[in-house]
Amino acid sequence: MQTRPQIQANPLIFNEKERGAALIAIRDLHKAFGNHHVLNGFHMDLFERENLVIVGKSGSGKSVLLKCIVRLEEYDTGTLTVLGSNISELGQDELDRVRSDVGFLFQGSALYDSMTVRENLQFPLRRHADRMRGENEEKLILSALESVGLAHTLDLMPEELSGGMKRRVALARTLILRPKIILYDEPTSGLDPITSKEIIELIMKVQHQYDTASLIITHDMDCARVISNRMIILVDGINYGEGTYQELAASEDPKIRAFFK
Amino acid sequence: MPTSLNSINNWKAFFDETGRISLFAARFFREVVKPPLEWRELLRQCYVVGYQSLLLVAVTGFIIGLVFDLQVRPTMIDFGAVGYMPAMISISIVREIGPIITALICAGKIGSSIGAELGSMKVTEQIDAMEVSGTNPFKFLVVTRILAVTLMLPLLVIMADTVALFGAFLVENLKGDVTFRLYFNKVFNNIVFGDLIPSTLKSFFFGFAIGLIGCYKGYNAEKGTAGVGAAANVAVVISSLLLFVLDLIAVLVTDIFYDL
Repeated sequence: MQTRPQIQANPLIFNEKERGAALIAIRDLHKAFGNHHVLNGFHMDLFERENLVIVGKSGSGKSVLLKCIVRLEEYDTGTLTVLGSNISELGQDELDRVRSDVGFLFQGSALYDSMTVRENLQFPLRRHADRMRGENEEKLILSALESVGLAHTLDLMPEELSGGMKRRVALARTLILRPKIILYDEPTSGLDPITSKEIIELIMKVQHQYDTASLIITHDMDCARVISNRMIILVDGINYGEGTYQELAASEDPKIRAFFK
Repeated sequence: MPTSLNSINNWKAFFDETGRISLFAARFFREVVKPPLEWRELLRQCYVVGYQSLLLVAVTGFIIGLVFDLQVRPTMIDFGAVGYMPAMISISIVREIGPIITALICAGKIGSSIGAELGSMKVTEQIDAMEVSGTNPFKFLVVTRILAVTLMLPLLVIMADTVALFGAFLVENLKGDVTFRLYFNKVFNNIVFGDLIPSTLKSFFFGFAIGLIGCYKGYNAEKGTAGVGAAANVAVVISSLLLFVLDLIAVLVTDIFYDL
């Protein structure tokens, strides 16, 4: 079995004083699909420049949580504030403005498959032309692609890229608007150990280079160990455990231990 | 009574689906008048829908003209009415055969392709990605596609009619020694605006129906790749059925005007 090459764990550890204001604040969030309650009073804060990892079993509501943050899903009750705005109360224009500050890396990359890599990166730029006024579009595209090491793929179609390359191009598309927050939905799922390692290194590079805060959903504990400044363990729709990787790894609670086996 | 329960449920599902399609159409009308329109994407879709269907529609139209003339000609000879062939063929093609056959071909080609494309975008989260990037996916994907099919179908119908008339001329020329000039004189003497306008108008409605159903099914596709297949398939079935219903309504309405 292939094992992932070792990467040094994220050295950034925040203390309460360094944190500043929360970029995302969630309180008592509830979301149900019919009788199936996915989130049962979930709460969290995401602070500037931190990587917060949420781990949970499949179907535990991790992806639903990310979709609630950008209002791809409506939550039932609770409060969800993103960059100071209550997300459920925003009109379409305000919502689009907030969304442009929040990058979203989808699990399957979600590259537009009828467009080339260049057009994929042009798409958000042209939607937010006012935000990037005065900047050279071509330079921005090249710089975003260079930051993920894929400048040579400019004129390729998504179908010509490997899974790892697609994930990196999707990250470049996310970075091109220079978001303050990036949401990662299972960034290493479906990738081989070496490509996973590259993606993990890229996420850490992005955190340092762009000063972004990241919320990472994963069930890959190796990824969580390396990337996280802080972790939340999501069980039955609530924050079952919270702390650094080391603190949680030392827990005696059987439900938390199950994630570290 | 499981049979009657089934029947009630089927009717309920039918009305439920009809309601959803109506709401989807209402949303289209709301979004289409709200600026800005995605011109670049609209032009691209017009190219995809119009230009890329030209050959298929032309070949089909030509064959329909040939076959229709070959099938009808012996009967007309029996009745001693072979001289009416150009008139009969032109009216049949312009009023009915051209629009409905072209629309059915487009329902198969364009409707299924829109259903599959949007369905695939939905299940691979491309539509979500578009929304998150601050783009209104309905306006970008749905409005442009429905508009493109609505605008392009009448043009395709006009082209199919023309090619079908040439196909029929070929048979008339080979079997009956009818000259080009005589044939088209007879054709144009018998086609009036009362034939052209209703058939062009109903082509707009056909195009709208094909675009609407394809987009509705694709945009609401679920359950992975099976859902994409189902979206493409159901889009063709429903839009084909809807075409005949619209055709019937168009003929009834046109008849009222003829009577007046």
